[in-house]
Amino acid sequence: MAKALPANLEQIEVNLKKLTNQRTRSSLLGIAILILIFFGGTLVSLEANAGSFGRGIANFFNYPRDLFVDTFEMGWKYWPRVIKYIPELIITLNIALFSTSIGFILAIIFAIFSSRNLIRNKRVIQFTKFLMDVTRSFPTLIIAMVFLYLMGKSSLPAVIAITIHTAGALGKLFTEAIENCDGKPIEGLSSVGATWTQKIRFSVLPQVLPLFLSYGILRLEINVRESTILGFVGAGGIGEMLAALIQWNYGADVLACMFLLVGTIIALDYLSAYWRHKLIGANQ
Amino acid sequence: MSSSLAIQRENIRKLFPDTFKQARKSRLRGQIIFFLVLVYLIVGFFTLDVVDIPKKWKPQNAAMFVLDTYAHKDHVTMKWENHEDIKIAFEGNYRSVYGRDNLDKSIPDWFYKNSDNVGNVVEFNNKGKAILYKDKVEIVNFPKYERDFTIKLNSNGKPYLVGSEDLVIEDLKGFRITENRVEFRPTLYERIQVYPKKVEIHRYSIGWKYFWFDFSSPLEPYSFFEALGLTFSKERVVPEMSNLKLFLTEIKDNEAFMHGRVWWAMLETIVMAVLGTMFATVMALPLSFLAAYNVTPIKALRFTLRRLFDTLRGIDFLIWSLIFLRAFGPGPFTGIFAIGFTDTGTLGKLYSEAIENTEKKQQEGVQSTGASKFLQHRFGIIPQILPIFVSQSLYYLESNTRGAVIIGAMGAGGIGLQFLGALGTGNDFENVAYMAILVLAVVIFMDRLSAWLRRILIGSDQLIVR
Repeated sequence: MAKALPANLEQIEVNLKKLTNQRTRSSLLGIAILILIFFGGTLVSLEANAGSFGRGIANFFNYPRDLFVDTFEMGWKYWPRVIKYIPELIITLNIALFSTSIGFILAIIFAIFSSRNLIRNKRVIQFTKFLMDVTRSFPTLIIAMVFLYLMGKSSLPAVIAITIHTAGALGKLFTEAIENCDGKPIEGLSSVGATWTQKIRFSVLPQVLPLFLSYGILRLEINVRESTILGFVGAGGIGEMLAALIQWNYGADVLACMFLLVGTIIALDYLSAYWRHKLIGANQ
Repeated sequence: MSSSLAIQRENIRKLFPDTFKQARKSRLRGQIIFFLVLVYLIVGFFTLDVVDIPKKWKPQNAAMFVLDTYAHKDHVTMKWENHEDIKIAFEGNYRSVYGRDNLDKSIPDWFYKNSDNVGNVVEFNNKGKAILYKDKVEIVNFPKYERDFTIKLNSNGKPYLVGSEDLVIEDLKGFRITENRVEFRPTLYERIQVYPKKVEIHRYSIGWKYFWFDFSSPLEPYSFFEALGLTFSKERVVPEMSNLKLFLTEIKDNEAFMHGRVWWAMLETIVMAVLGTMFATVMALPLSFLAAYNVTPIKALRFTLRRLFDTLRGIDFLIWSLIFLRAFGPGPFTGIFAIGFTDTGTLGKLYSEAIENTEKKQQEGVQSTGASKFLQHRFGIIPQILPIFVSQSLYYLESNTRGAVIIGAMGAGGIGLQFLGALGTGNDFENVAYMAILVLAVVIFMDRLSAWLRRILIGSDQLIVR
């Protein structure tokens, strides 16, 4: 026994060395790949970029400085300007809130039909999962552009695009939540002869609703950003106003819109963190 | 039985009055919230003009759009003043005319002389025919139409449908007759228009024609696989270059689908997403250590960094890309930095929270060996958070791909701008569909790639949040 130990130790040392070597090798390989991607990407960027990199760095502060100078020259007259854009902001918020609500409802339907513990039919699950994958993967901008082209300028394309994307994105998260929920309440309800809808209403929904709401609030925050961007391509709201102001070079007004936007997003960020904390306790 | 149940229920109610009151209260609250949401949805319906959808939705436009995404059409044009000069062009493009001698492009076999050797026949895919004569157009053999039609020009030079007075409305479906035009469109795939000056026929077929090789390409007669086979043969299709080179350049320079340009744009978009995420990760890594309370004792520094993260994140990538667009001009750098700055904020916040949530014992273990502060962090914290770092960064890679498409559309270039351009032309909808499918494929690929990398690097493809 006492003699066997050194031999074993030697074996362990050999194995350790092998393992360390292997790890070093795979780390080096990973770093090499990353460096390769970095240089390849930089080459592509240098080739494709219109202006040079160096000049860009030098010019970086010009635009923000112009904006601030413009604003500073206006003095106290500036604040009414900021207030002037609040109605536009409300349109943007309305688009986001409305489409998040509709998307939320659609996502629940999607999630119910793609959860393995609620639906037995494999085909239905696969089909719903595929549907969610597709709706989730399209950038909202592409859907919105197509609908803008078909329906003319209004907020509706933005609503449709965000709703579609939200349904897919939330649906996936909801599915995970339902599949991970405790199966015992469902069994309990089955044992007293509850119907399928009753099972969902009284055993699944109470378990997952806080999580659903938490995800929904997070989505709302993302969708406010999205609806601003869609406004930028013609769906109305503060995004469209901002695009126009930039084109007219109204520096002070541009900054006013930016301030409103950043303020809203930061406020929503804190609010959503607070609500989610209240809903699900620990910071998930 | 039921009465005894009711008595029992009453008893339970009396035993636990508080529970029941609370249940009723929370149920009431739920109902109020439900009602408020309902009210909001109704308000939203009207303020956002959702009720106008049927009014704004033009089914004709949508049908044409969808039709053009999967079908192509050939135009046949005849001028009345010279009825033998008939032009057949792909998509009506003056550069893609069949039978033009310098291109050696033969007339398609659905266009031929009629049996009477006077008229020229355009045969549609549904076997319906339009026969062009010197002074009239005959429409024959259309399925679901029991009779044939003739369209002529009257003495004023305006087109009219012969005998239309005698026809019932049922027979006239598919016709649209105005003063200067008689149009016959029985289904979406056939369209015959007669004007005072000319006759124009659109013949639709399903599929993306000239997807690999465009109309004027020397490889056009061959299918993709035939052309691929040709690359192995020694005989040159054109004397100037080898078959392989010809094959690649012809695909790249395809005028209809512009593969070279589209793929380059796609590459730009991917570069924006990947380098942007890399930039953000590299920036956020050291900053997050400085912002975590178990690493940095200086409170002011932590506070400043936290607010920096909030600001970077709060100034959305929309605004960042506007600022960078002014500095760098259109191109990937704008996208890289816009994504990089926004995600430095996001990842910095997530990373620093992950660092603060690490187990203290491992660090203490390293400390007990007398290691320096740096080594404590290196061996006490980094092994714990590395999987979270990798997981978060890879997770953001996928959403950044979508973000890069959007930044591109706002002027930074890449596939987003190409997409806008194709949509703006108003008739290249097959390109729109092609690019949309490409974007979809790349986004799904990035999603799978990041899940796969997460699985082989950290053993779980779910996002790890702590």
